[in-house]
Amino acid sequence: MLKSRSFRAGIHPPGSKITAGRPIERAKIPPFVTILLHQHVGAPCKPLVKEGDEVKAGQKIGDSDSFVSAPVHASISGVVKEISTQLSPIGREVQGILIESDGRDEWVRMEEINPGNASKREIIARIREAGIVGLGGAAFPTSVKLSPPEGKEIDTVILNGAECEPGITADHRLMVEQSDKILKGMEIIMKVVEADRGFIGIEDNKRDAIKRMSEAVEKEADKRIKVIALKTKYPQGEAGILIKTIVNRETPAGSHSYDIGVIVHNVGTAKAIHDAVYEGIPLIERVVTVTGDVREPKNLLTRIGTSFYKLIEECGGVKGDAGKILSGGLMQGIAGYRDVPIIKSTGCIIVLSREKSKLPEERACIRCGTCVEVCPIGLIPTILGKLAAEGRFEECMEYHIQDCMGCGSCTYVCPSKIPLTQLIDYGKAELKKRAG
Amino acid sequence: MPELIVSPSPHIRSDVSIEKIMYSVIIALIPATACGVYFFGAHVINIIIACILSALFAEYVALRLMGRRFVMDGSAIITGLLLALCLPPRIPLWMAALGAAFAIAFAKAVFGGLGHNIFNPALVGRIFLLASWPVAMTTWIMPFTYDAVTTATPLDLWKMQQIATPHINLALGNVSGCIGETSAIAILIGGVFLIAKRYIDWRTPLSYIATVGILMLILGQDPIFHILAGGLFLGAFFMATDYVTTPITREGRIIFGIGAGVIVVVIRLIGGYPEGVAFSILLMNAFTPLIDRHVKPRVYGVKRKKIFTSPVDK
Repeated sequence: MLKSRSFRAGIHPPGSKITAGRPIERAKIPPFVTILLHQHVGAPCKPLVKEGDEVKAGQKIGDSDSFVSAPVHASISGVVKEISTQLSPIGREVQGILIESDGRDEWVRMEEINPGNASKREIIARIREAGIVGLGGAAFPTSVKLSPPEGKEIDTVILNGAECEPGITADHRLMVEQSDKILKGMEIIMKVVEADRGFIGIEDNKRDAIKRMSEAVEKEADKRIKVIALKTKYPQGEAGILIKTIVNRETPAGSHSYDIGVIVHNVGTAKAIHDAVYEGIPLIERVVTVTGDVREPKNLLTRIGTSFYKLIEECGGVKGDAGKILSGGLMQGIAGYRDVPIIKSTGCIIVLSREKSKLPEERACIRCGTCVEVCPIGLIPTILGKLAAEGRFEECMEYHIQDCMGCGSCTYVCPSKIPLTQLIDYGKAELKKRAG
Repeated sequence: MPELIVSPSPHIRSDVSIEKIMYSVIIALIPATACGVYFFGAHVINIIIACILSALFAEYVALRLMGRRFVMDGSAIITGLLLALCLPPRIPLWMAALGAAFAIAFAKAVFGGLGHNIFNPALVGRIFLLASWPVAMTTWIMPFTYDAVTTATPLDLWKMQQIATPHINLALGNVSGCIGETSAIAILIGGVFLIAKRYIDWRTPLSYIATVGILMLILGQDPIFHILAGGLFLGAFFMATDYVTTPITREGRIIFGIGAGVIVVVIRLIGGYPEGVAFSILLMNAFTPLIDRHVKPRVYGVKRKKIFTSPVDK
């Protein structure tokens, strides 16, 4: 096998991928689901149903007229119980549709499309209609990402199978078990953006996924697509870093990757595109890794809208005393304070015991420079943190605060346990507020 | 579910702490310390203990006066130990202890304590003693001569009488000099340990030592002699790498090393002192804020490959 590619700086947190060898299991159909009307970047959806309506799994129940948005669908069959304000896993209060299951799990599907005969426009419309958003966590509407502005030519499609976040194995299992569908989804993406080459980047701690994806590419005999082994290092899966590692191009500060002819999609998104186009299935379920201090950590194929606590229960419940429940991985996950529903971008639920949730005591910066050494984009986190804490936001701009991608590497390594990422986020938020 | 904790990401932290780094530095100084004891006798143990206890005491008093909690983070021990290692083997104990207390009080505490000082405390302590008691600070003994038969250091011999000391002696350390500076090999062992642990950046000692070597070679001196003699190794691996008082970026550290190297060469060849390591590091300490202000790493996606950027440019 070829030598794994890598990037400068970064960190090596413990992988904590205890579910890597556990096949995806289908989660039980939950007694109720909460479908949030705003699960994505862009405009929230308006409900298309009202309380008391009967719905089927796959039925569109929310949509928006905005270009940057994605419709939402019922993920089980049953009755709409209420439409009310709900808390989302990323901490926003948004409208949600509560559906009570009728236990029958009846589905409606869209018509199948043969991508060979279909036009680009048709395929993009289908991807939007299926409610597909970036499943790696960003939740950016995929139909928008596949429609770059006029004049931007895409020559390269990169599929992100790095999964560098500690704890998560959802993409890993998907690549092992559904490699053919991922590849077909990728071919659709390449057709739509008219790219002539494609790469699938996978960290080398997932040898089985690299093997399966390579076999799938070989079987398909698609000469345009290559599987690239990446050195296991965080944050390899950040789109900008991935592009740099694989095609050695840098997205200029403040622009999009299509400015340099590249688009990056998550492997889960490619699988969802396959399902929407070939099988007419909208995005109503996804793989969620439930791990950490639960009795039986699992990779669960879960209906969107299932409650976190229900899934934790399905994994045998919390082991010991829960301190934190995270939506997402150990590096960038968001800690919640009560039960929330799974949304399209929820790839992982991590339960941390009280012991592991203890917050370290913050000390003075000793200027060791480790944060500078690990920052994958060349910032000086300790100075940014200090400037932000002192309210010197204008000076933060001189130190490129807006380029921070929030990977958390600096906070992870800091021997003084300074919450650098939080301070930088605060500085970014304040600057945004001032800019209006 | 019980009450859950909400905190920002990341939710895991590395196990490296201030204490872990500081105690690793102390471990890395063991070979050099052991050589000092071996060559100059058990008396140097008293000097080392006096310096460490005095530094700790000064740190305790200073923090209490500032109304802060005393934390045994290991940094005061390093200051005490490093000062002891760059003192002559027969210095009176009270003098050594006073130097350590001065170092903590006037080079560290008055600036705000750990993380805020501009100058390397141990070197400030050394310079304070050198200025106050120049004779005691330049009275040397030969290794294994436990009665005080005074002699000159290899750099003194070179400067005053053009006598070269064999390289092998300089490497092993059986020459006269400060307690912990004579054995280049012992210091190197500790330095390599810290580099391997990634607690110090190899760029600083390499650029510092290489600058001295190359310049001496160009100027017709024996480069190996100048690299091994005096306190260059101790300074390069343990003082020029002090986090607080040296630049924070890789590029800045190289500039620091080159600058300090040039100053050493200038002092040794032109200056009045035979040795210039302490001054070179302290002078570059003064430049550190300036270096950090202007030397920044290149940011991803930002074209400008200029190392020197100034806010005036914009």
